[in-house]
Amino acid sequence: MSTPLTKIQPLSSKVTATEVAAGSATYFKPQAGAWSKRYRPMLANFLQVVVPPIVMIALFMVIWQIAFGRAGASLPSPMQVWKDSKDLIIDPFFVAGPQDIGLGLRVLTSLQRVALGFGMAAIVGVLVGAVIGQSVWATRGLDPIFQILRTVPPLAWLPISLAAFRDSQPSAIFVIFITSIWPIIINTAVGVRNIPQDYRNVAQVLCLNQIEFFYKIMVPSAAPYIFTGLRIGIGLSWLAIVAAEMLTGGVGIGFFIWDAWNSSHLSDIIVALAYIGVVGFILDRLVAIIGQLVTRGTSAN
Amino acid sequence: MSDYLKLDHIDKSFHRGGVETQVLREINLVIDKGEFVSIIGHSGCGKSTLLNLIAGLTQVSSGCVLLEDREVNSPGPERAVVFQNHSLLPWLTVYENVELAVNKVFGGKKTRAERHAWIMHNLDLVQMAHAKDKRPSEISGGMKQRVGIARGLSIEPKILLLDEPFGALDALTRAHLQDSVMEIHASLKSTMIMITHDVDEAVLLSDRIVMMTNGPSATIGEVLSVGLERPRKRLDLVSDKTYIAARESVLKFLYERHHFVEAA
Repeated sequence: MSTPLTKIQPLSSKVTATEVAAGSATYFKPQAGAWSKRYRPMLANFLQVVVPPIVMIALFMVIWQIAFGRAGASLPSPMQVWKDSKDLIIDPFFVAGPQDIGLGLRVLTSLQRVALGFGMAAIVGVLVGAVIGQSVWATRGLDPIFQILRTVPPLAWLPISLAAFRDSQPSAIFVIFITSIWPIIINTAVGVRNIPQDYRNVAQVLCLNQIEFFYKIMVPSAAPYIFTGLRIGIGLSWLAIVAAEMLTGGVGIGFFIWDAWNSSHLSDIIVALAYIGVVGFILDRLVAIIGQLVTRGTSAN
Repeated sequence: MSDYLKLDHIDKSFHRGGVETQVLREINLVIDKGEFVSIIGHSGCGKSTLLNLIAGLTQVSSGCVLLEDREVNSPGPERAVVFQNHSLLPWLTVYENVELAVNKVFGGKKTRAERHAWIMHNLDLVQMAHAKDKRPSEISGGMKQRVGIARGLSIEPKILLLDEPFGALDALTRAHLQDSVMEIHASLKSTMIMITHDVDEAVLLSDRIVMMTNGPSATIGEVLSVGLERPRKRLDLVSDKTYIAARESVLKFLYERHHFVEAA
């Protein structure tokens, strides 16, 4: 807090935010009731978080409307999108036919695939990462291979998996699995390697066996690293599913975009993009929040 | 009658990058049941290595460690260690930290209710029962070390090994904890080996003080028996002749005959 230049540090910027909130609360103080004393800073804080993005979105919409509002523009303007795709925006869960369903339902289908693929990646990734982190030779042998495989784009895996599974559904799930597993493995391995020697000594003195060591020392101690890996992983799997569905077809949100492109429904595509963005954001926050709850004890030290 | 803990002709060397450094040489020591022994010496003289050898965390290069005539070559709960930096698991509460140890050692032998009573008994012993639901990050350094001691005692070790247990604490907290350890030693009659570099602490707590020469190739320079009556009272000892004499001989050993050159 000594200099305003240290804003990169999350802690100090947090302090700044609450201080500003307290400051504005005293500025707007008409009566010093118990209610306003208690809730006004919270309300001020909330507005500070919510108002700036809303203003920016509105500004963005206006610029967009001006840029593409004229007749014959290559992309639809916001007003045009609203007019064309109102049904998609206001009701995410309508069912009007086997291929005519709300975007919320499509997103749920995609999420189902993500849940399967990412769930498997999480389990396998943590186990493999734990084994690799424990062994110096496994790290030396496997780490370079993982670093190379990690950079392979999700869609590059698709032909191979289609060939192996001969069906689009398991192929899409496999693509998610193979895309999201690398950051989970690599981060878990780093976390396991960084378990303090003290904790290992405690385990040794108590003669914990491998399984007890895994559950009682390794997983809690490496949890902050594991959750970093999971967070990167869920982001990648959401990227992968949209791309994979475009190619494999089916009911998912990715295929919807491809379908809309083929039938020149540009407005529908824009709505779908917004859906994908919001869902991806929620997934990321969800893993981050779970991580914060789980690792509270570890990171407090 | 056989010896309780016997260190027999122990040598210990470390290899690093093809270079061999001898840390300990010809360590011979016999410790009786119920004895409180301090190991004192300058930094780098291999005190901690010696403790790790007894704990089984490191292996001897030659010689052997015998506990009740059985050779020690791996860690085990009959030799509990209280680590210098407490080593509590930060994601567990005070209670759960002790519980982890108790469940592992007494899981099959005691019922759930007995284990709970035993955990609380040990926390009471170090006066930490009130903080049983706190996490290590929420309690002070001295309290953490108390819990560390409770965890060590809770597995009913044959020997409790204390690795500079009070090194990181302020003087007042340290005095409190020293008194606690003396009380526990008196009531449980447990065998304790403590590493320290505090002369007063060594004289106050110990039956015998093992003084180490400087490394490399450190060995036991002298063993001093402290003939003070127990229970010992900190204040009464300040002017006690035996206490002053013991203190003087340890100081002379450390600063006259085995002056630590690098510290100058």
